[in-house]
Amino acid sequence: MMDANNLLEVSNLRIAFRVDRKTTAEAVKGISFVVPRNATVALVGESGSGKSVSSLAVMGLLPPDTTVVDPASSIRFDGREILTMSTAERRAMCGKDVAMIFQEPMSSLNPVFTVGAQIAEVLRLHMGMNTAQARRRTLELLEEVGIPDPAVKIDAYPSQMSGGQQQRVMIAMAIACEPKLLIADEPTTALDVTIQKQIMELIARLQKRHAMAVLFITHDLGLVAEIADHVIVMRHGEVREAGTAQQVFGRPADAYTKALLHCRPTLAARPWRLPVIADYIAAQATLGDIAEGLPPHPVERRRGSAPDDEPVLVVRNLSKSFHLREGWFGKREFKAVKDVSFTLARGKTLGVVGESGSGKTTVGLTLLRLHQASGGTAMFEGRDLIGMSAREFQHYKRRIQIIFQNPYASLNPRFTVGEILLEPMRIHRIGADDRERTAAAYLLLEKVGLPASAFQRYSHEFSGGQRQRIAIARCLTMKPEILVCDESVSALDVSVQAQVLNLLQDLQDEFGLSYIFISHDLSVVKYIADQVMVMHQGAVVELADSDQLYRDPQHAYTRALLAAIPRHG
Amino acid sequence: MTAPASVGLWGLAWRRLRADRVAMASLAVVAAFLLMLLLSATGLIVADWEDEVGVNYAPPSFVGAAPAVPAMVPAAPAQPLPDNPFDPLADDIRALRAPTVDMYGVADPLAADLAQLGVSGVAAAGAGKLATLPFGADKWGHDIIKKTIKGGETSIVVGLVSALLAVGLGTLFGALSGYCGGAVDDFFNWFYSIFTAIPSVLMILAVAAVLQQKGVVTIVLILGLTGWTGPYRLIRAEYIKHKAREYVLAADAIGASHWRRMFGHIFPNVSHVALVQMSILVVGFIKAEVILSFLGFGVPVGVVSWGSMLNEAQNELILGRWWQLTAAAIAMAMLVTAFSLFTDALRDALDPKVK
Repeated sequence: MMDANNLLEVSNLRIAFRVDRKTTAEAVKGISFVVPRNATVALVGESGSGKSVSSLAVMGLLPPDTTVVDPASSIRFDGREILTMSTAERRAMCGKDVAMIFQEPMSSLNPVFTVGAQIAEVLRLHMGMNTAQARRRTLELLEEVGIPDPAVKIDAYPSQMSGGQQQRVMIAMAIACEPKLLIADEPTTALDVTIQKQIMELIARLQKRHAMAVLFITHDLGLVAEIADHVIVMRHGEVREAGTAQQVFGRPADAYTKALLHCRPTLAARPWRLPVIADYIAAQATLGDIAEGLPPHPVERRRGSAPDDEPVLVVRNLSKSFHLREGWFGKREFKAVKDVSFTLARGKTLGVVGESGSGKTTVGLTLLRLHQASGGTAMFEGRDLIGMSAREFQHYKRRIQIIFQNPYASLNPRFTVGEILLEPMRIHRIGADDRERTAAAYLLLEKVGLPASAFQRYSHEFSGGQRQRIAIARCLTMKPEILVCDESVSALDVSVQAQVLNLLQDLQDEFGLSYIFISHDLSVVKYIADQVMVMHQGAVVELADSDQLYRDPQHAYTRALLAAIPRHG
Repeated sequence: MTAPASVGLWGLAWRRLRADRVAMASLAVVAAFLLMLLLSATGLIVADWEDEVGVNYAPPSFVGAAPAVPAMVPAAPAQPLPDNPFDPLADDIRALRAPTVDMYGVADPLAADLAQLGVSGVAAAGAGKLATLPFGADKWGHDIIKKTIKGGETSIVVGLVSALLAVGLGTLFGALSGYCGGAVDDFFNWFYSIFTAIPSVLMILAVAAVLQQKGVVTIVLILGLTGWTGPYRLIRAEYIKHKAREYVLAADAIGASHWRRMFGHIFPNVSHVALVQMSILVVGFIKAEVILSFLGFGVPVGVVSWGSMLNEAQNELILGRWWQLTAAAIAMAMLVTAFSLFTDALRDALDPKVK
């Protein structure tokens, strides 16, 4: 049965989690796949698809108290059954033959040991090296994964490195023992787009050089197009589609795969509205084969600024400094935002892009006075929002609102959705009484696509996309004119992201809202923004109409960002 | 569409609690104590605890009545010492010991009564009183069980009210300190440091000396004014953590005032800390009241508490009367253990991270 060419064979894997004493929830529903030797297999799926659970099962890292693995399941690695192995055997195998890298390099490295010590520990444990040998090998490894100046960095602590360097250290640790299989669980999700590109290239290079097999787990189908030999698409614990990369990307058979490929905005086109998974499932049922995607909407959306745009917010020389304490008495000024100027037009969207630390979020928070600006002006209806007193600004608060990145953190867990929606109206005395406000809240729930029953429920009962809708509804209660979207769709799955982007677009069409759309994702910004502002280390490096900026980037940094976007097809 | 009934965090916590057998058992014990407190406070039970129903130090029934105590029987007069032949005062002493005392012709009017008392004194005093009680009696013949229930009233009220005061102060100070930061935080931290720099018993005695009167209110004030430091520290840390959270920023963005953010938004999310602190302090303060009463700073004479019972017990123990000590100790141990177990379970049930 076992093909000698297959390194890992998973068959009929069924995993359930115990919810309480009686009930279990099935996370993986009888999936089968193989990882051939010396090949890269991508396991793609959105949150809750069971992709990470499957990979943890291979490593034996599932919590034994709460998981039930079906006895008929089988995971064979190199001809040996993993599920029936003793703990000692499995431990000897993990780390040596199978290695894993995780999503968050910051939390996977121990902060109190130097990176050199952590890599050397793996070498001493699994390869039986002595201290001097381990150090020499660690230097080679750091060199191999592209850490600059490894002789110095070997004695650095994880906190002294950037996120990309930390992930490189994790990779060095994983390949230290020349594993046959490397499992990479969302290794680039926490990283900036330019770093992501470097890490993907590194993994591809190492895979070839060491002739390893790589099981690459991600939610982003577009990301794996360049490196994967085989692609497995999972949804709700089931395999929806499996095949070679050309097959899956070139001629996808499953409606869900097609939807995943198309609901992510691309740089090439700007549809009137983004297709969502439901569209594809429905189309599959009625039209049959739709491999090329849905028939495009006849009208493409046009973006860009026009000379007759009415400016609603004029920002000049906005700057923000933080003061860091240094030594006993010293203070160092850190300029997070330097002299940012832009004009936001009514009913238009300004995209703000940049990597982490570029100051793009600080711009948003400063405009809402959630951070106190160090200088500059923001003229709104002839008044300076930055310079006015806190008491005066209270009246302007309802007119400029923000949607945060993390819908799990931005809603108070102890409030029902109804309370969340009523509170801003009560504070600003919108509506005559609570009955009127409640009626308004029900209307808004309908507007953002939530059932009326949501009013009585708590936010933790909703999924990420639904929570982001609640946050949007909360802003809409105040009928703002400007909405700052701070990475508002970055934490969402691609299919949900498309729904929320469509919602934002509909609201702009209906109410004429102006958006400041902050994101690290250039494809999303290209889709939604009229103008794009590129930020780098606190300063604006380029500001142009979005079509022009993507067609003809002027600044070297913009070109680097654009080059780092993963492309498929 | 039929939505499932919404379950808030408290509903979830209650569901988790109910699944925990230890938690439910300890909750039942605590509830029983509270019920007893309520009944005794309203006078429905043990209103008659001060009746001297038993003989003094009547032993528990299961031990059996004490044998006639020899000390109570009028003893035969001690034999006079043999005469010392060398004593120069021997003659005088012999004259003094002459059996007849000259009463100057006045007859003792109580002679007959005294003679009668000498015969049946002890028996008469114990007449109509029980020789044994279910769990014995104290020096005055009070029923120990009733006394323990009555004493619990004071102890539990002291524990609950002073814990409420301490946690209330700690929460208020902690919230202000953590939320405002800067100079306010510095001020409260200095205040806190001064309070914790003084040894706690010394602090208690100092407050007691300032208040200068005995009573339940005084004990509550002493414990409440010295006990806020623990909750303060924890609540302050929680506020520092929460004030930068996105939901608080969101509340700021929609225009919620500082006060509303502090107590409307953040407090419900840190209330589990205050609640658990509260139950820990209740346990601690019941014990502290015992110590205070033992040291003589406790409840006034005439009010009974478990602490005053233990205070009395130190003299009785030498005489072998162990039952008052045992009764107070058992009641306290039961309540404190149940409360601690319940607190533990409550913390687990309220912690959103523990599934």
